[in-house]
Amino acid sequence: MADSRRNFLKSAFAASGALALSGCTKLSEKPWVQSALGEVENVTRRVQRAFAGRHALAPEFTKSDIAPVFRANGTLNPQTADYAAHAANGFRDWRIPVEGLVEKPLSLSMDELRSMPSRTQITRHDCVEGWSCIGEWTGAPLALILAAARPKPKARYVMFFCADPMGNLPSGEAAFYYESLDLLEASHPQTILAYRLNGQVLPIEHGAPVRLRAERQLGYKMAKYVQRIELVDSFAAIGGGRGGYWEDQGYSWYAGI
Amino acid sequence: MTSQAESVRGGRTGLPAWLRKALGLAPEGPYYKFYRHALLVRLTHWANAIILFVMLLSGLQIFNAHPALYWGKTSQFDHPILSLTARWDGDTVTQGVTQIGPWQFDTTGVLGASRIDGEMTARGFPDWATIPGPQWLAMGRLWHFAFAWLFVLNGLIFVAWAYWRKHAQRDLWPTRADIRHLPREIADHARLRFPRGEAAKRYNALQKLAYAFVIFVLAPLVILTGLTMSPTMDSAFPFLLWVFGGRQTARTIHFICAFSFLAFFIVHIVMVVLSGSWNNIRSMITGRYVIEGKDSHG
Repeated sequence: MADSRRNFLKSAFAASGALALSGCTKLSEKPWVQSALGEVENVTRRVQRAFAGRHALAPEFTKSDIAPVFRANGTLNPQTADYAAHAANGFRDWRIPVEGLVEKPLSLSMDELRSMPSRTQITRHDCVEGWSCIGEWTGAPLALILAAARPKPKARYVMFFCADPMGNLPSGEAAFYYESLDLLEASHPQTILAYRLNGQVLPIEHGAPVRLRAERQLGYKMAKYVQRIELVDSFAAIGGGRGGYWEDQGYSWYAGI
Repeated sequence: MTSQAESVRGGRTGLPAWLRKALGLAPEGPYYKFYRHALLVRLTHWANAIILFVMLLSGLQIFNAHPALYWGKTSQFDHPILSLTARWDGDTVTQGVTQIGPWQFDTTGVLGASRIDGEMTARGFPDWATIPGPQWLAMGRLWHFAFAWLFVLNGLIFVAWAYWRKHAQRDLWPTRADIRHLPREIADHARLRFPRGEAAKRYNALQKLAYAFVIFVLAPLVILTGLTMSPTMDSAFPFLLWVFGGRQTARTIHFICAFSFLAFFIVHIVMVVLSGSWNNIRSMITGRYVIEGKDSHG
């Protein structure tokens, strides 16, 4: 009697758990659930920004904290003829146009980028997967580049278009990695276009010749192989319309958590 | 609140006394109903049950994206303190391995490697323990961060109410007398003897300690270690990193907190069942709890 009751309770318990679980999996596939849960991202962003503001700095570390090997993630070597050619001549001809909603469009050569005032920071890289790695990055503050290009009042986001191909769009066209920051995060003092890692020229696996560092964000925001910068008022018409390659796969645009 | 008339109902169903007791049905002798749980306690209790279910399982989904834990500021990839990995033979997953410190355990089928649609797959936790079931980090994060707000709101509502109505001071915080009676209560619990009559109206010392620990230690700890994993919150509150000894340590503590909630839940369910299932469950639904004997305050 007690045994069968126990078994009944056990299976009732397991069954209700399984039901709740498969319910959550089914719900996860519904677009309205995704957008309802995704809406919360805006609350999180507003609250986190209320505490962190424009200027709160990500913690910086000491030389002794630097990881012996900085883990490379995502694309490790863009497989395009164009990129291979640039790599072969040491990225001497790499230029980064800064265009879109700016008063003064720029086209930055690597030399110009390197001759700008630089910032060196030892920071922790947090991957969305959960791991962390500390490295020393040197680059030009994006705020200086934006100041030189003078964003128009309508500009809201800075788009980073990259050289690494990420498979094909449904149309058959090649999709490339891209990302976006809003002007607040783009103007943060630790947001830099990095060209050195741990005192060395940025290696290909880490995004040579230039990658973005946005130290209050998760790793997927920090686009590697940055090829073109564009200021826009909306990214709805770009790529999948969600502001970045991973965002188009369902990841949150706000990557502060 | 109570009435003598109800005590007549006791003997009607004719079930044996031991079964009535085990199921938590009203006793044969005189009894009365005692209003045990206020409406707000019941509402926040069940809301919390749903929220913690989603939090734990979506948390395991997130964990599966990198099923290893470290101690310190960063990930020492070669020295995880815990990892769930798979062993391969060519293209086939053959084994799931759980490593805790220097020890390795074969956990094939559950941890490290488990079957999805019949096929052995490399996975930290199995698909029956994650929300959503399949590997889907982006969606796990959406569930986790949405329900994290609900967890915080629900908890704040409960704690604010508990202090306002003196529920926390009166019923939750263990008193000196509770601590003195602790050894005896542990012995009583071990023999499955639970308070009856008047004594059943109050939480006993073990209950108070368990509830107070979960509400005032575990919940704040799980929230703070969760926030420590957010790079933006680390810029706003750098002291969090100092308190917890780095982001990866915070992640490990967060994981330990999650499993402490699970341990609490298991003990909680066992106690609910052992100390009169239906009486307990009903009191958390309608608020009313049946007490043996005559109501001395009636």
